[in-house]
Amino acid sequence: MNPFDYIRPASVAEAVAAAAEPGAAYLAAGTNLLDLMKVGAMRPGRLVDVRHLPGLDRIETLSDGSFRIGSMVRNADLARDAGFAAAFPAVAEALLSGASAQLRNVATVGGNVMQRTRCAYFQDPASACNKRNPGSGCDALEGENRTHAVLGWSGSCIATHPSDFCVSLVAFDAVVEIVGPAGTREVPLEEFHLLPGTTPERECVLEAGELIVALRLPSDAGRFAANQRYLKLRERTSFAFALVSATAALDIEDGTIRSARLALGGVAAKPWRAHAAEAQLQGAAPGVEAFEQAARAALADAMPSGANAFKIELARRVVNRALLLAAAGTPERMPAMPASAFSSVPGVLSHV
Amino acid sequence: MTLSVTLSVNGVRRDVTLEDPRVTLLDLLRERLDLVGTKKGCDRGQCGACTVLVDGRRINSCLALAASYDGADIVTIEGLAKGDLLDPVQAAFIAHDGFQCGFCTPGQIMSAVGLINEGEAGDDPDRVREGMSGNLCRCGAHAGIVEAVLDAQKQLQQRRVA
Ligand SMILES: Cc1cc2nc3c(=O)[nH]c(=O)nc-3n(C[C@H](O)[C@H](O)[C@H](O)COP(=O)(O)OP(=O)(O)OC[C@H]3O[C@@H](n4cnc5c(N)ncnc54)[C@H](O)[C@@H]3O)c2cc1C
Ligand code: SF4
Ligand code: FES
Ligand code: FES
Repeated sequence: MNPFDYIRPASVAEAVAAAAEPGAAYLAAGTNLLDLMKVGAMRPGRLVDVRHLPGLDRIETLSDGSFRIGSMVRNADLARDAGFAAAFPAVAEALLSGASAQLRNVATVGGNVMQRTRCAYFQDPASACNKRNPGSGCDALEGENRTHAVLGWSGSCIATHPSDFCVSLVAFDAVVEIVGPAGTREVPLEEFHLLPGTTPERECVLEAGELIVALRLPSDAGRFAANQRYLKLRERTSFAFALVSATAALDIEDGTIRSARLALGGVAAKPWRAHAAEAQLQGAAPGVEAFEQAARAALADAMPSGANAFKIELARRVVNRALLLAAAGTPERMPAMPASAFSSVPGVLSHV
Repeated sequence: MTLSVTLSVNGVRRDVTLEDPRVTLLDLLRERLDLVGTKKGCDRGQCGACTVLVDGRRINSCLALAASYDGADIVTIEGLAKGDLLDPVQAAFIAHDGFQCGFCTPGQIMSAVGLINEGEAGDDPDRVREGMSGNLCRCGAHAGIVEAVLDAQKQLQQRRVA
């Protein structure tokens, strides 16, 4: 680890002032930042510890029924909040499918949104990586890239965003509340993360010193509560990042889909909302035919970025299956293995 | 940059001066306080060997910056037994062969204590397995570990009723 100064500010204003200096980084639980500092992929000269800031650890229901989640709320606490999990079961399921119980017990929701890619070359300072060191090249292009992006990538960077949580958040139109040196602002999560283009080092819209203070989820997503799932394909049963994942939510009335929400994870540098597929589902009868068509629409623009063409077909199947699971209904109780394609309960829809 | 950190570790107040903030909670426990029961496996949050309880919750101490935990209440594997009397979770790991080489065991046991406190797994082995998936065991003692967790939980419940 490089040497750094450690600062524990007493207020958001103090934190923002301390973090506006070049080379400063916010420290939340540190489960991503310290990891990357240990391997030398991130080298901040100053850590501004925001974990103890007052007022950022609350889960609030606003008068219009929307939820406001402070950025220091821990992943496990949000997933365990009964009111929240009932309103947004697929967000809770995504959270519980991520990392391990120990990590979820400390990791914050702000840190989850801000976590960096798991691209192995990004983590290895000896490799060329445009994201870590702009202009140095991208060793993933000709390297181990079977887990890399199939949507929205560029010749500069083919990395994916690793968060599960963000996939469900983007499906339900989450909004990011930000405080910075120039004041406060709000950005829809869908516009928060940036595709790489020619500047993969710019991963999100935050400017120097800007702090995420909260995430908001609008109340109108409540009509999807009865039919929503998060499904995550990974290379072992638990405690692994997504190869491909999807959040599917349906508002079904009289055998017709009134509206649908669909987002994919593990496929791009941002959580990927599939608007075209949603539009196709609207007005359709829930079933394999409509779901396969939606899956094709969701991946219509997909292109392999390396030895990962299989992820395109895999993503279609994950979308199709997530939609079937959503149509079957939100489970009464969180499954023993959240978001898993394998079910331990006899009779419960697990294979489609 | 010098920092002072005060922790409660296994019920005892410990004051530590850090000459440099680059110290994880794991390294502080092992190298400054000589509490070497907590193990360093991966040092990257991937194995669970470093699991301790902080304010009652299980966390990986390898990815926790010690300076940020000033004032925290820590329980390590050394804090479980009461003298020669093992904690029920420790005893259950022995009774069910929940280990072979023992390297992952302190982390497994602390994680099991955390899982039982969380109270969500019930008597469902699948929920215990999923809840313990942050703790790897290279000896493959998982079958015994799941039995030990279920048994320890049952005993603790019976004790509470009695
Ligand atoms: C072994 C392992 C497995 C994992 N598996 C999964 C998984 O399956 N799915 C998944 O989704 N995640 C997974 N994770 C990632 C985990 O979810 C993140 O590490 C965690 O959510 C980050 O939160 P934190 O509070 O620790 O953030 P930190 O590590 O403290 O910060 C992360 C980044 O965000 C910035 N930051 C933090 N808070 C703010 C804020 N409020 N405003 C602006 N910037 C901020 C920091 O400067 C830093 O760059 C895994 C992590 C590990 C170590
Ligand atoms: S894919 Fe992106 S993160 Fe990975 S090496 Fe290339 S530039 Fe770096
Ligand atoms: S040493 Fe902390 S998780 Fe492996
Ligand atoms: S007992 Fe040897 S690693 Fe688990």
